[in-house]
Amino acid sequence: MNAMTIKHHLPDELLMAYSAGELSEAVNLIVATHISLCDDCRAALGSYDAVGGAVLDTCESAPMSGDSLASVLKLIHTRDDDAPEQEIRVPETDGILPAPLRDYVKGGLDSVRWRSAGMGVKHAILPTSKDATARLLYIPAGTAIPDHSHNGLELTLVLQGAFQDEDGYFGRGDVEVASEDLHHTPVADISEDCICLAVTDAPLRFKGLMPRIAQPFIGI
Amino acid sequence: MISNTVLLPECDPAAVANGLKIRDSCREVSDGKIVLNDGTLNITTPWVDDLLAVRDTRDEAAFIRVFQHFGPRVKAFLMRTGMDAALAEECAQEVLVTVWNKAHLYDATRASPSTWIFTIARNKKIDVLRKQRRPEPEDLPWGPEAEPDQADLIGLQQESEQLGRALRDLPQKQRELIEQAYFGDLSHSEIAERTGLPLGTIKSRIRLALERLRHQMK
Repeated sequence: MNAMTIKHHLPDELLMAYSAGELSEAVNLIVATHISLCDDCRAALGSYDAVGGAVLDTCESAPMSGDSLASVLKLIHTRDDDAPEQEIRVPETDGILPAPLRDYVKGGLDSVRWRSAGMGVKHAILPTSKDATARLLYIPAGTAIPDHSHNGLELTLVLQGAFQDEDGYFGRGDVEVASEDLHHTPVADISEDCICLAVTDAPLRFKGLMPRIAQPFIGI
Repeated sequence: MISNTVLLPECDPAAVANGLKIRDSCREVSDGKIVLNDGTLNITTPWVDDLLAVRDTRDEAAFIRVFQHFGPRVKAFLMRTGMDAALAEECAQEVLVTVWNKAHLYDATRASPSTWIFTIARNKKIDVLRKQRRPEPEDLPWGPEAEPDQADLIGLQQESEQLGRALRDLPQKQRELIEQAYFGDLSHSEIAERTGLPLGTIKSRIRLALERLRHQMK
């Protein structure tokens, strides 16, 4: 889709850990949202899933219990009476929020329950498990977020508009991976209000894979 | 119904050979070699045909072959992620039931059977161990669906086979690092304690192992 314009991608460790199922829900959400917009990372994920399949294929096996097949056959017989279940689809696109986000917002942008964070900046925390936090941010065009540093890792994905900081220019689909040592002053592009998904991880997960906990984007 | 079912011993060579057949557009000659309608010779991975038979004709004998092969592997995978044997058994059964119920979603041009079943097992792990659902990327807008291309199908399955071979051929230490990353049975810092390697080194070794996999795929 926007593969040609996306310049800032997810790091390999994150794609691999998403494929392995080792990330917390909020981080899974930002990975799934970026992949929805980025064909390169979608293709990379496909190859990490294929590595997972190869691992499954080459690993040792554990014998199933004696009545296992009988139980499974019984289950498929009782459930097979119905037509294949229909996948429940999330609300129609509004061109801003990709499907994984619409699923958490329960609709499009107008379903987001914003709370003010001052200076015209708004945010909305999404309902994920507590081990990491996902929030939508609304930053008026041209607004600068005061200089802030991080205690750890923060991922920010642009959904609308753009922002600029010491690390570069981030437009729709770009992800900024900000670690502890990054002091940055993101400024929303003047042309349009900027909407981002920002995820901060908690210390328990990610140990080793990524740096530790991050402060929220605005330091709330 | 259950009593009528022939139980195949695991790794029945006939079942494996059966998995090598691709219906309709090609015929098997010998040793799993396949001649496509365009005359090219090809070999594909086992289980594709069985999974397609489950999908298209609800073929129970094919499902049983899939069960015999993948059940014990899924169970072992789940045990390595931290489940005890009883829970892993229960979950592996549910994974195989999902294989049957969601077979209509299987697309042989997009994933090998191992890859597809891996993703189901992984989602089961997240569901059970982390009590979370897993946000999935938005489906691509495919547009009007063309007939699945046999060449795509075989290309994908061949690459998967190659990947499996490449993984088996990795030096043992590198292979173990990749397995541990997927099983999640050790965090990188625990690997560090065990191997005495600093985190940066482990990360670069995993990257190296992946690079080597990619290289061998070429």
